[in-house]
Amino acid sequence: MDQTRNILYFVGIAALIIITGMVQSWNSALLILNMGLISAVMALGVNLQWGFAGLFNVGVMGFVALGGLAAVLVSTDPVSEAWNAGGLRILFALAVGVGIIGATIIAYRRITATRPRVIAMVTILGLGFFAYRALLDPAVEAVEAVNPALQGNLGGLDLPIILAWPVGGLFAAGAAWIIGKAALGLRSDYLAIATLGISEIIIAILKNEDWLARGVKNVIGLDRPVPKEIDLQESAEFIERASGLGLDPVTASALFVKLNYALLFSVVLIILLIMAQLSLKSPWGRMMRAIRDNETAAAAMGKNVTNRHLQIFILGSAVCGIAGAMMTTLDGQLTPGSYQPLRFTFLIWVMVIVGGSGNNFGAVLGGFLIWFLWVQVEPMSQYLVTFLTAGMAEGNAVRLHMMESVAYMRLLTMGLVLLLVLRFSPRGLIPEK
Amino acid sequence: MDFINGLVVLMNFVLIPATAYGAQLALGALGVTLIYGILRFSNFAHGDTMAFGTMITVLVTWWLQSMGISFGPLPTALLALPFGIAATATLLLLTDRGVYQFYRTQKAKPVILVIVSMGVMFVMNGVVRIIIGVDDQRFSDGERFIFAVREFKAATGLREGMALKTTQGITVITALIVVIALFWFLNKTRTGKSMRAYADNEDLALLSGINPERVVAVTWIIVAALATIAGVLYGLDKSFKPFTYFQLLLPIFASAIVGGLGSPLGAIAGGFVVAYSEVTITYAWKKVLKYWMPEALEPSTLMQLLSTEYKFAVSFMILIVVLLFKPTGLFKGKAY
Amino acid sequence: MAEPFLIGDAMTGGYGAGPDILHSCTIAVDPGQIAVIVGPNGAGKSTGMKAVFGMLNLREGSVRLDGEDITHLTPQERVVKGMGFVPQTQNIFTSMSVEENLEMGAFIRRDNIRETMEQVYDLFPILRDKRHQAAGELSGGQRQQVAVGRALMTKPKVLMLDEPTAGVSPIVMDELFDRIIEVARTGIPILMVEQNARQALEIADRGYVLVQGRNAYTGSGQELLADPEVRKSFLGG
Repeated sequence: MDQTRNILYFVGIAALIIITGMVQSWNSALLILNMGLISAVMALGVNLQWGFAGLFNVGVMGFVALGGLAAVLVSTDPVSEAWNAGGLRILFALAVGVGIIGATIIAYRRITATRPRVIAMVTILGLGFFAYRALLDPAVEAVEAVNPALQGNLGGLDLPIILAWPVGGLFAAGAAWIIGKAALGLRSDYLAIATLGISEIIIAILKNEDWLARGVKNVIGLDRPVPKEIDLQESAEFIERASGLGLDPVTASALFVKLNYALLFSVVLIILLIMAQLSLKSPWGRMMRAIRDNETAAAAMGKNVTNRHLQIFILGSAVCGIAGAMMTTLDGQLTPGSYQPLRFTFLIWVMVIVGGSGNNFGAVLGGFLIWFLWVQVEPMSQYLVTFLTAGMAEGNAVRLHMMESVAYMRLLTMGLVLLLVLRFSPRGLIPEK
Repeated sequence: MDFINGLVVLMNFVLIPATAYGAQLALGALGVTLIYGILRFSNFAHGDTMAFGTMITVLVTWWLQSMGISFGPLPTALLALPFGIAATATLLLLTDRGVYQFYRTQKAKPVILVIVSMGVMFVMNGVVRIIIGVDDQRFSDGERFIFAVREFKAATGLREGMALKTTQGITVITALIVVIALFWFLNKTRTGKSMRAYADNEDLALLSGINPERVVAVTWIIVAALATIAGVLYGLDKSFKPFTYFQLLLPIFASAIVGGLGSPLGAIAGGFVVAYSEVTITYAWKKVLKYWMPEALEPSTLMQLLSTEYKFAVSFMILIVVLLFKPTGLFKGKAY
Repeated sequence: MAEPFLIGDAMTGGYGAGPDILHSCTIAVDPGQIAVIVGPNGAGKSTGMKAVFGMLNLREGSVRLDGEDITHLTPQERVVKGMGFVPQTQNIFTSMSVEENLEMGAFIRRDNIRETMEQVYDLFPILRDKRHQAAGELSGGQRQQVAVGRALMTKPKVLMLDEPTAGVSPIVMDELFDRIIEVARTGIPILMVEQNARQALEIADRGYVLVQGRNAYTGSGQELLADPEVRKSFLGG
């Protein structure tokens, strides 16, 4: 019954990917598999927030971007010249900034009379801001002046990139804590808008603060946790094995690398999935869902609803951060310009809703399925449009316009999918038990 | 110390643009706040509704222009506006019938409606892109300036010049007319009062014989008008690019929340608060301060608090501050 | 006995698909009368009135107004037929002025409502003074007056009040009851659910004591006040 049906779903997805391999290329199939794995992790994180606590997080992309940042900060080599020029000064300025915020909060707590409190806070923030900028700006300028074409940033800690994955989770958790403190406990719409805002800011920071991660100049050539294709192609042993399988070294190396990634990502996914399932079944998980189903009753029983929501919000965002680090590792580069704040977030939500909100396996299934559709819709609609306009002349304006529009069809299709599922099958493919 | 010249620079680069922007945000926020107050959810599709309305207006404008019709010194787009509003109203009514009504009858949780509106947003977004593409579209015509920098300098003999674009003037006047009309409608007409009653206490309104479907329909029509006008004014002032309307979502929502979700007066106040903050915080004050400060204190750096890249961070920070200290906003909106 | 003006006859039913709360309960009122429903907590008093108003799923029994069977009409339709209903809570538009509340009360009417509004102001003089003030800013007792005034704007054939004195101080309660008597004197029959049984029965022409959804005692207000059983159970001796 249910179990069989769910297994069949997963088998179905596997079949789709295998067919892609056979019909298009194994390379594409593995690409889909890898991004599907990463999407599944993101969907898992979002599902934690939505399924357990009914939180609507629209800022997923921001947390993912923080994971990507972690990848850069952990694995790239430190640029010693930049550090000498202004690295410590930047850190000092940032510390001063945090101190100022702390002082403002202390002023808020200690001074109870309204007018003095407001005056104190505004003064601290005002003067503090100017002090912060006075310290930061010259330091930033100095750092960015160091070899701007190739660097212009501080670099990282030169640690194995795989450490960036949990670090990405930590970064995301930190941001989630800040946002959660401000926006949780209020109406759900407020959280949605606040998360939208934070993701915009995070991405704006990544794009503009060149000293951090080169901004839109991008950081390329990140370290890998798996062998490089070039190295494989030059290894005699590898060439021998490849030809034994009937493959040329180039193709074989590409496939081998992707398979390695797939293995790593699967391990992460499985670990997270197990943890999510365990917590679902645990007393903690039951309590979370009880709160979600009847907040007023839970609050009346003494459960601190806001704190629980904060816990879930941080955990879910951390998972997204891990996925973000994984994604940047897979890409081998950090391109802040490619983080579209809403588009990808929206896609993850489609994954969660279609797969089955409230069910971890559903989220994973949704991750694979929707990613597959997202990739394949474009060639399919290309095919469809070509077919529909076959009768028209080559330079026909309508035909040209439709061919160009194919690129935008994807979003429209996904929007329709979301609306249809929410209307006719709101519990998704694998519903919550 | 040259006060007048400094003031002229301030007006030209800060006050005039901020006022026009504030009027545009106010109109957008009015739409959002009406939907929140009466339909009780935050409509994430509002930005793309504005894009749709503007798109139709742009297409009709091009058609009018191709037929040689113009509006004299004013932009032809104003003539095309009614068509845009009509088309958008139809779209919104259809969307309500096809999508939102189901969840209303189910008495679904507000957060579900927000997620649904996100789906609607992407469908609208896709439709707009397919019809008109993603590039910048210019559609404004008519007189560009009410008075240009040259004329101002000639008339006043000052070193600094100020210009008032036609679009800026139209924005403020149109916004004023729309707001007065809206407030008259809500406070003096039977239908308007019934909408306020419905927003205030749904059960009692139903008991009083107020027809909920009628209230909903009128709301969507008004929202269509507000969104289209706001979008067209913004597009005339800057230019029409579908992507930018999505980016306006954050400042518009910030404006509505700052003013108090559900309060039309709040939406207007919020719009100006956000607009003025955004412009003043990202403006390079060096020039103005050079005129206003004594020689010794003249700044050497740009004196820009935040780079323009962080424009949206300003709305966001205002939003966070409001959420932390006064979530119901300036005018005590509703918080269901 | 002539058919009463308004009668909920042998009503049996509950909310939605839930269990029956009322069991063959009968409530009636005649023109110019004040009928009061009292009883212990959970007796089904409010439920009884809501059943007369059409907010309940009636499985047996009927409701008749002025000879017409209205059992299958929705609450909104019953308002059109001439029923005025004042809910216990959230019974005014807090963000709108007193005068706007009255206007909304008369929403289904298309004729000139000024005369009716003046009558309401005559009945509740304090509202005339505060007509332009937001209803939410008024005191508890004044808000109740707005709520009753709102219901009177349709010139109803019968007025139903759900615990009008809930949460008000004793002095305000007395004043409210005075007002209610004034309204009844204009000829409108009043059906009222009340927690303050003794004071309510004192002004009642007819009293219904409900226990667990059934009629326990029925009689005139004075009869019930004098009845030792009733006094022992609900009036504290």
